[in-house]
Amino acid sequence: MAKVKLTVNGRAVSGDCEERTLLVHFIRERLGLTGTHVGCDTTQCGTCVVHMDGKSVKSCTILAVQASGSSVTTIEGLAANGELHPVQAAFKEHHGLQCGFCTPGMVMTAVDMINRHGGQLDEQTVRQELEGNICRCTGYHNIVKAVLSANAEMHGGAKQAAE
Amino acid sequence: MGVEGVGARVARKEDKRFLTGKGRYTDDMVVPGMKYGYFVRSPHAHAKIKSIDISAAKAMPGVIDALDGKQLLADGIGNLICGWMIHSKDGSAMKMGAWRPLAVETVRYVGDAVAIVIADSLDEARDAAEAVVVDYEELPAVIEAVDALKPGAPQIHPEAANNLIFDWEIGDAAAADQAIAQAEHVIEVDIVNNRLSPNAMEPRATLGIYDAGDDHYTCYTTSQNPHLARLVMSAFYNVAPENKLRVIAPDVGGGFGSKIYIYPEEIVCLWASKKTGVPVKWTADRTEAFLTDAHGRDHVSKVKMAFDADNRITALKVDTIANLGAYMSLFSSCVPTYLYATLLSGQYDIPAIHANVRTVYTNTAPVDAYRGAGRPEATYLLERTMETAARELGISPAELRRKNFIRSFPHQTPVILNYDAGDYEASLNAAMQAADWNGFAARKEEASQRDMKRGIGMSCYIEACGLAPSQAVGSLGAGVGLWESAEVRVNAVGTVEVLTGSHSHGQGHETTFAQLVAGRLGVPIDSISIVHGDTDKVQMGMGTYGSRSGAVGMSAVAKALDKVEAKAKKIAAHLMEADESDIVIENGELKVAGTDKTLPWFQVALAAYTAHNLPAGMEPGLKETAFYDPSNFTFPAGCYICEVEVDPETGTTKIVQFVAADDFGNIINPMIVEGQVHGGLAQGIGQALLEGVHYDESGQLLTASYMDYAMPRADDLPSFDLSHQNTPCPSNPLGVKGCGEAGAIGSPPALMNAITDAIGNNMLTMPATPQKVWMAARATH
Repeated sequence: MAKVKLTVNGRAVSGDCEERTLLVHFIRERLGLTGTHVGCDTTQCGTCVVHMDGKSVKSCTILAVQASGSSVTTIEGLAANGELHPVQAAFKEHHGLQCGFCTPGMVMTAVDMINRHGGQLDEQTVRQELEGNICRCTGYHNIVKAVLSANAEMHGGAKQAAE
Repeated sequence: MGVEGVGARVARKEDKRFLTGKGRYTDDMVVPGMKYGYFVRSPHAHAKIKSIDISAAKAMPGVIDALDGKQLLADGIGNLICGWMIHSKDGSAMKMGAWRPLAVETVRYVGDAVAIVIADSLDEARDAAEAVVVDYEELPAVIEAVDALKPGAPQIHPEAANNLIFDWEIGDAAAADQAIAQAEHVIEVDIVNNRLSPNAMEPRATLGIYDAGDDHYTCYTTSQNPHLARLVMSAFYNVAPENKLRVIAPDVGGGFGSKIYIYPEEIVCLWASKKTGVPVKWTADRTEAFLTDAHGRDHVSKVKMAFDADNRITALKVDTIANLGAYMSLFSSCVPTYLYATLLSGQYDIPAIHANVRTVYTNTAPVDAYRGAGRPEATYLLERTMETAARELGISPAELRRKNFIRSFPHQTPVILNYDAGDYEASLNAAMQAADWNGFAARKEEASQRDMKRGIGMSCYIEACGLAPSQAVGSLGAGVGLWESAEVRVNAVGTVEVLTGSHSHGQGHETTFAQLVAGRLGVPIDSISIVHGDTDKVQMGMGTYGSRSGAVGMSAVAKALDKVEAKAKKIAAHLMEADESDIVIENGELKVAGTDKTLPWFQVALAAYTAHNLPAGMEPGLKETAFYDPSNFTFPAGCYICEVEVDPETGTTKIVQFVAADDFGNIINPMIVEGQVHGGLAQGIGQALLEGVHYDESGQLLTASYMDYAMPRADDLPSFDLSHQNTPCPSNPLGVKGCGEAGAIGSPPALMNAITDAIGNNMLTMPATPQKVWMAARATH
């Protein structure tokens, strides 16, 4: 058994788990945060994406013990004060989800993507950067629209200043 | 109808919980004392089970129990069945082999379950499953349907000689043969429809809970069809009587057909829960999903299409062999028959059609309905044949289709269906205009300057949705009626709960069903709740598949609303001392037409429950139930045009434009309809370009993970250009047709026609991988 200490969505948590326990299972089963999903067993689908120290990671590819000491944000920690994050709001406005199962991972990937590109996102870049997330419902059309819209929303000020 | 009623682009009510991680899927469910089930599955495609030794597994850490098929059989749990009886053309019934929830004597595909281990944790269950010792005697296996019919092929079920399940026909063979003999031109094509895996992102899962105190079972499951699951598990599998079995399908992460059926795992987990006294949860990993979720398609066909001197189709003759895998899944038999061959007239006026369909057992996962279910197979066959014909006859593919379109309705095809409405030329024209069809030659020339091969292809599809009159499907062998139920409950404060037997697993029913009510009553959409997916809340239902939720499910809601409105009008007339026929419902009020007398909706609702002043003899309450049985199928149709560039150096295909022009009848929520089309297009394009289930000769599944099965990703797909040309459906009260499957039906032939146009070689099969395209582009033909 190993001891794991994490900050999850701003709250300090700790617990014992088997060394082989994956971060996603620790989050889902020990912490009861079931917004992070498991859609495959080969790190391909991206339904398990969370942020670890501010960067998107696939929580099915990291052992809980490896994550010990880090700060993790899950989909449950994204909306602040009851207001949807701009990426969440854009997914709703542009119908970027249907069954909702891939959505948490898709949103977490999109937030990191938008943060990293400093407002410089176009359709081709968004499609390439979504490579690690599979959606079977939407055909990606509206997901791409939502990410571009959220990007404009989040970087609107910076973009205007540059112009 | 206002900003929230029918026709409005209302953002989805259900989105917030999905976007914030508050969706509740089956694997998220935790109940006190819950343990984890792990299935021991056959590593062989075909083998005799000589013995199963579970003693070592039972001694492993954390293990509650290990159970095998002999125990299940001894407890009287029945075999899985196929619910649609098809007879061969000689009158004999289809040959259904036994499918035990846990195999006892023989395993018939890799993944066939033989035992379940239940333990405190999933890891412990998995570890212990490794300790179950099964002694197999391997048998020869057969994978391809064509091989399974050959003399000397391994026999998979004793009930089905030569692995033939049925040899079925439809249409007039003599008329088709005669027309072909007299034809000016006969086009002959071989068509293969590749086998697919549905791949809902949420893997299948189930939680079986037996309550010994109440002698009652609860089954949480990833189902599109919880009521049917309860019916079949109680009536046929002897798991529990219907009144003691509650089935809940909570949030379900996509289905696409693969979650319509009852699988062994629901049955085994419920039984295991009673056996062990603990709730048992099982969740598939993705490899289990590839191995055991019902696959789709897998047809091999020979086609003859006859034309007269004026290029009018005079006959169509089709010979199809369909692979149903190792066992007959719940709806498997109707897919390659009544959902396929009845669509072989397409959008065309064809005087004589004959189709012969043989279905076959192989040592592969069961094959059943997948998005479109039979309709994609029919459309692919017909539209690849039309394209081939246009090329061989030397006329434009658009003109060949235009010349043969059905133009007057209703239209009786030679293969049962009676099309009620449509305007196929409108969709064709819209698609050609949106795609700038006439400008293609210049674009092709420009591409050739860059050494790229550009091609364009079209497909004109029709599908039959919202199936179908119960009496009609009953006469064709269906084991159930295909109506839908609804209950509209108006609360005393005027808020409304709608209970529906439809099931939403991504289609947005919580929004569209509420839009219907909001439009009718003029009350805010937030005051309306849609309840579905729980057999203890909704009495009856037939679930969601085959694009039936709008045409059948919402029609049931409309009928229940008729009754609620009629009663509300009676109450309002009584309260306002007016004639009932003068009451109108508008903007949340009941008004006496031509006067300024009004009552708010909530006051009428309250009056129904206070019952202080109701018309003489009226029962209190405002709650009505309706069952809606459709009077016909609905017939969505459309035209898709795809333009591609093929890199002759690499064989890589890039979709440069995809245009979809659809006729879905009246549309409830255009935003949601467009989303459904996008998703369908992605699955159809996936079939044409990337996807395919592959077994090796011994029956090992080679595409058992996302490393091997090529799922379409964002970068594989274009943005889509959609338009709608809607002729209202005359056979249901809403005029809706259904949109869920269209994209997956119409897109594969459009894309394959475009690629074969680009490379100038018609001999190409799906998926059109770069290697296959590269070789075909170089082949002299």
